[in-house]
Amino acid sequence: MDLATLQHFWAGIIAFAILVYVILDGFDLGVGMLFAFAPNERWREQMHASISPVWDGNETWLVLIGASLFGAFPMVYAIFLSAFYIPVTLLLFALIFRGVSFEFRHQDPAHRGLWDWGLIVGSAVATFVQGAAIGTMVEGLVVVDGRYAGTGWEWVGLFPILCGFGLMVGYMLLGACWLVLKCRGAVYIWAGDLIRPLLLGVLVFLGIAFVYALWSRFAVMARWVDLPWMAVLPATGAICAMLLYARGGQVRRDWAPFALVAIIFLAAFATLAASFWPYMLPFSVTVAEAAAPRSSLAFMFWGCGLVAFPAVLIYTAVVYWIFRGKVKTGAGYGH
Amino acid sequence: MELDPVLLSRIQFGFLITFHIIFPAFTIGLAAWLTVIEATRQVTGREIYRRLFDFWIRIFALSFGMGVVSGIVMAFQFGTNWSVLSEQTGSIQGPLLGYEAFTAFFLEASFFGVVLFGRDRVPAWFFLFACAMVALGTTASSFWIMANNSWMQVPVGHAIVDGHIVPVNWREIIWGPVFKIRWLHMLLAAYLTTATCVAAAGAWYLLRRVHVPEARLMLRWGLGLAAVVIMPQMWLGHLNGEYIGEHQPSKFTAVEGRWETEAPARLVLFAWPDAAAEKNHFEIAIPKLGSFVDSLDFESSQPGIKTIPRDERPPILIPFFGFRIMVGLGVLIWAIAWGGVVLILTGVVERSRLFLWATFLNFPSGFVAIIAGWFVAEVGRQPWVVFGILKTADAHTPTLTGGQVLGSLIGFAVVYLIVYGFGFAYLYRVFRVGPQSAPTPVPGATGARPLAGAGRLDDPSQPMED
Repeated sequence: MDLATLQHFWAGIIAFAILVYVILDGFDLGVGMLFAFAPNERWREQMHASISPVWDGNETWLVLIGASLFGAFPMVYAIFLSAFYIPVTLLLFALIFRGVSFEFRHQDPAHRGLWDWGLIVGSAVATFVQGAAIGTMVEGLVVVDGRYAGTGWEWVGLFPILCGFGLMVGYMLLGACWLVLKCRGAVYIWAGDLIRPLLLGVLVFLGIAFVYALWSRFAVMARWVDLPWMAVLPATGAICAMLLYARGGQVRRDWAPFALVAIIFLAAFATLAASFWPYMLPFSVTVAEAAAPRSSLAFMFWGCGLVAFPAVLIYTAVVYWIFRGKVKTGAGYGH
Repeated sequence: MELDPVLLSRIQFGFLITFHIIFPAFTIGLAAWLTVIEATRQVTGREIYRRLFDFWIRIFALSFGMGVVSGIVMAFQFGTNWSVLSEQTGSIQGPLLGYEAFTAFFLEASFFGVVLFGRDRVPAWFFLFACAMVALGTTASSFWIMANNSWMQVPVGHAIVDGHIVPVNWREIIWGPVFKIRWLHMLLAAYLTTATCVAAAGAWYLLRRVHVPEARLMLRWGLGLAAVVIMPQMWLGHLNGEYIGEHQPSKFTAVEGRWETEAPARLVLFAWPDAAAEKNHFEIAIPKLGSFVDSLDFESSQPGIKTIPRDERPPILIPFFGFRIMVGLGVLIWAIAWGGVVLILTGVVERSRLFLWATFLNFPSGFVAIIAGWFVAEVGRQPWVVFGILKTADAHTPTLTGGQVLGSLIGFAVVYLIVYGFGFAYLYRVFRVGPQSAPTPVPGATGARPLAGAGRLDDPSQPMED
């Protein structure tokens, strides 16, 4: 197998993993943020039960992204993490509080409020940081001789902060659609009513972000002029958004809103990736420049890529199938 | 005072790994044990094994949760604080850690959800399979971590091209000269840690005369496993020492604590090594025994610390004392495990309160021994991060300032203090309450599954699905 194919294979796996992470942990983090607005313990109980069996597996996609980058594109791993030292540290704090809150809120009813806030704030901070990191990457990082050479504070800018808040709304939309899929009764109705306002928020944000990227990065604009067929990507997202807005929470199939939002996220991600390909870090480091040597890529390809990766997909699907259907209230984080 | 970002990053990494290692060290053995309990229950059909399982799965869930979140932190430390290391060795360390994520983390995380929430959703055989997959995942994780760390200790199978370390022979990189022994040493250490904790819990209940049937099983299984494992573990430790002597003389001499080359060499039992003066204070040593321990020959010549250039010596105190703490605790575990087996066989163990107290108070030994051993391995490797190839001081993220690292270090300290403070308190509480004879819900804990059987919590007019 030639080197370019291996490089593209791993870029593809990482892109796929990012997409899966955003959709799966996106609904976990979204439900976590929506926790702030749940009026009573019965609602929170149901919301919690909808994510507790799967959040850990969902978060593992983030570790997979980190480990795959380290193995296949060590340069990007090193640049990205040193550029985002403070945000990544905040992300880790947030994920710690989010992660332990699942078990701790069950262990300690007396401090349940504390751990619920750990879940809410942890989910919000983790989401914000991810959005801000995407925004910073779109703006471009300072890279000299293959090493990061910035100040570490680029993420505190207008556009990154806008992206941070935008992603928070986006994940809450995913969370609301997940609740429609998994819950009944009052939570179901409430989550359904949230879909339209959250969707509007996401669309406004995506519009601003897209226009900003076109306007501020000449290379992005040139690419869209060269390859106008790429417009099919945002167009797909727009059609799904219209379908979703038309129905809101009034759906015959409870999986439909989640599926539509997943496609919207897919379209947004593909639009972003198409704007920057073949750059991994926009306009400073390409996929080929960042790639590990052939022996590393091939070693990972045969074991991780061909054997472990399909196995992961299969049993991830099995676990989701085991926990299919509406949650049983009272089947929360207990043993 | 100028803050040294490299030193602060080293402190941060040491702090984070020390906290993290506690949990996998415990859950590797515990996952395997839970699988055995569940299999025994399915074969014998005895309810006591279900009570044991339900009790230890709560301990496992808490420990696993804390291990997961502290482990995610580790996955990013290489890039945030050691970007030069990541960039230079990423083509070797990256794929090894990538294999860990692909083969271990997903197994653990996905099937753990089934073990915790799925008992009434899957057939019994699948439940047992899920338990086994969690155990396999934790074990696979230790495999890749030890493969990676062993490569950092004794790097082989690579070439250096344009200043970058490039893999040449993966078989050699993974199955390097020190890996097999170090991995087995770590696995058995994890089993010993679990065994001493299980025995300690049993002893505690027997002392309090509560949960006696479960406590008996815990004591017997715990002590029995420790008694079987401890001798092979000591032998592996000895083999480990031989490898270190061969591949890392700087670590070896620091552990032995002899400054001069000696023939025959003494065994330094205790001393206060003084690196500046290059001598030991308050030394207690046994003639000739050092040669025997190092080579099974009473007359052999053994090198001293002074054979290593000063700028390639590790800080001596930590490997020197870390090693003695590890070995001392190993001997303690051996004494308790073998003594316990004798007391069990003679049928007097439950009347031997002194022994039960010793077994109970022995619960931290495995953890402390693992941390001490890990410190010997890591601090003893200094000043290198990849032995003989890359120095720790050259591996740091160049743009990182002392202030940033100090900030993150304080942040981690505060977050860990809160999270692990509560976590350990919850573990203590679960241990204190002990196994429950009937699935009685904890007051106020509406999340407990038994309530699902007891009745619906919300709208009763809606039928329950499946």
